[in-house]
Amino acid sequence: MTETQARSEPRNALDELPGELLMWVLIVSELLVFGAGLAAFLGVRISDPFGFAEAQDHLHRTGAALNTVVLITSGFLAARAVQLRRNGQRTMARWHLIAAMLLGGVFLWIKGIEFAEKAEQGIGVETHPFFMFYYLLTGFHAAHVVAGIVILGLVAIWDEAHIIEVGAAFWHMVDLVWVLLFPVVYLLA
Amino acid sequence: MKYQSQKIALAYFAVAMGLFAVQVTMGLVLGWVYVSPNFLSELLPFNILRMLHTNSLIVWLICGFFGAAYFLIPEEAEREIHSTKLAYLQLIILVVGTLGVVLTYTFNLFEGNWLLGKEGREFIEQPKWVKMGIVVAALIFLYNVTMTVLKGKKTAITNILLLGLWGLALLFLFSFYNPENLSLDKQYWWYIVHLWVEGVWELIMASILAYLMLKLTGVDREIVEKWLYVIVAAALFSGILGTGHHYYWIGTPGYWQWIGSIFSALEVIPFFAMMAFAFVMVWKGRRDHPNKAALLWSLGCATLAFFGAGVWGFLHTLHGVNYYTHGTQITAAHGHLAFFGAYVSLNLAIFTYAMPILKGRDPYNQVINMASFWLMAGGMTFMTFVLTFAGTLQTHLQRVLGEYFMDVQDQLALFYWMRFGAGIAVVLGALLFIYAVAMPRKEIIEPGKTAEVPAE
Repeated sequence: MTETQARSEPRNALDELPGELLMWVLIVSELLVFGAGLAAFLGVRISDPFGFAEAQDHLHRTGAALNTVVLITSGFLAARAVQLRRNGQRTMARWHLIAAMLLGGVFLWIKGIEFAEKAEQGIGVETHPFFMFYYLLTGFHAAHVVAGIVILGLVAIWDEAHIIEVGAAFWHMVDLVWVLLFPVVYLLA
Repeated sequence: MKYQSQKIALAYFAVAMGLFAVQVTMGLVLGWVYVSPNFLSELLPFNILRMLHTNSLIVWLICGFFGAAYFLIPEEAEREIHSTKLAYLQLIILVVGTLGVVLTYTFNLFEGNWLLGKEGREFIEQPKWVKMGIVVAALIFLYNVTMTVLKGKKTAITNILLLGLWGLALLFLFSFYNPENLSLDKQYWWYIVHLWVEGVWELIMASILAYLMLKLTGVDREIVEKWLYVIVAAALFSGILGTGHHYYWIGTPGYWQWIGSIFSALEVIPFFAMMAFAFVMVWKGRRDHPNKAALLWSLGCATLAFFGAGVWGFLHTLHGVNYYTHGTQITAAHGHLAFFGAYVSLNLAIFTYAMPILKGRDPYNQVINMASFWLMAGGMTFMTFVLTFAGTLQTHLQRVLGEYFMDVQDQLALFYWMRFGAGIAVVLGALLFIYAVAMPRKEIIEPGKTAEVPAE
């Protein structure tokens, strides 16, 4: 196309988004899905508050709290990696990304123990509506942690600053979703 | 027409429009069976008519997609189609297969035969030899267009179009897998039906729409591509797990009710984005393209797809609602407007745009073509409303009050009469459309001249 972008398109809010537009489309979509999932969870909970409260007592709250710290620390490291790369400290940025990935692994390990414990008690998806939502929401989230670790690995290899920023944006979304899930699923009395 | 091999599209469009005529005629006959249930019940029973109606729809839409691909890929890739011969061979296979299907269904030939007889699964009833033919034709097509694109210029439009067409062909392979277990059968069955129309076909739709917008409005390619990627991302994000909205009552675990409800509710987003895209491009565009009818079909497509697929789909996609409405006339209302809005209109838009170019003329019969749009769109919208009311009543009488199916059907007669009337409008519109694009005037009519001879 011969016409210049400037003539036809005044700068708008979309152009000022950090990272990549498509990543923001994904992030907004993910938030809509998890938001709808949590809303459905709270909606169904109204129909059976005692059953939900009783089921919730089977959850491992300390492990989940620990996981919150793990994931937020990991998010901090990813954010630092972007800064470090911008300052030209390439190796340091990579180490931060690797540390962030390792903490993601720790999160999954703790989560795995939690899931295994539930399975041992014979608690499955069909046990109670609470556990159906529990498995759906935290399971979907854990799948995103796996995807996030892969993405962090990729941006550690192709490590231009703006690419790391796109990866970090995804990782922060995974963080944010967990911070929303944790109180609603584990704590809300 | 810049490239000679674009001419292939003409043959595909002709076959598509022929089958389109067959499809709407069958639809009209079915509409009559609804008001007079014994009509043709011995000669061509309802289930056979319905198979012909739905199968010919799918086949002509796909023929249209193939034709559209052969038309736009040379222009986008800036080179001729890899092999013209293969393209025609592919069409011959498809036509022979289609004839085989029609004869097998109509006369119930080779009943029960593994290779030659019709199969029992709804929409994929085709005899196995036809299915194999479809796969061979699809392979020829994919080879042909992929070679063209690989050797030529790669654009976002061709990339997305190829992604959609590859998905279309690969997902069809599930039609060969027919598990004994009825739940599993249905689960895989939806991999074809759902992942086509709410997955990869949306990619085809978005890319063809993007091409039309590029040509008709003259907006920068860069802007069109940005929209295209966002639409495709939204379509795949919502559509793939949105398959879950078919898994509510087929024996799959209960969590599908939530996965299906949540993801399929988001399926409205890509359709809204496509509508917004089309209108924003027209507002931004500075080009005054002479083919106004193509623009009308493009905007109509995006709008009716949003309502038919998006809004009418959302209407009964949440499992709490679907528990009552499942399989009522609400589904028929949604099915009609969604297919018409999204995929029929899309095909008619690209036919309207491409036919004058393929024939090397100015856009002719613009008024007749636009009249056919309003006739078809009006008829189909009316039909959708009528069926929605019928479905609402049916849901209440049958599912809430628990009356018998046939007793309820009797009470819906008025709606079925109105639906038949709407069907007449659609069929007339379809015939008018075919006339408008296939029967060219010798020259374009100037507005001044028509004013002098108003009696014409």
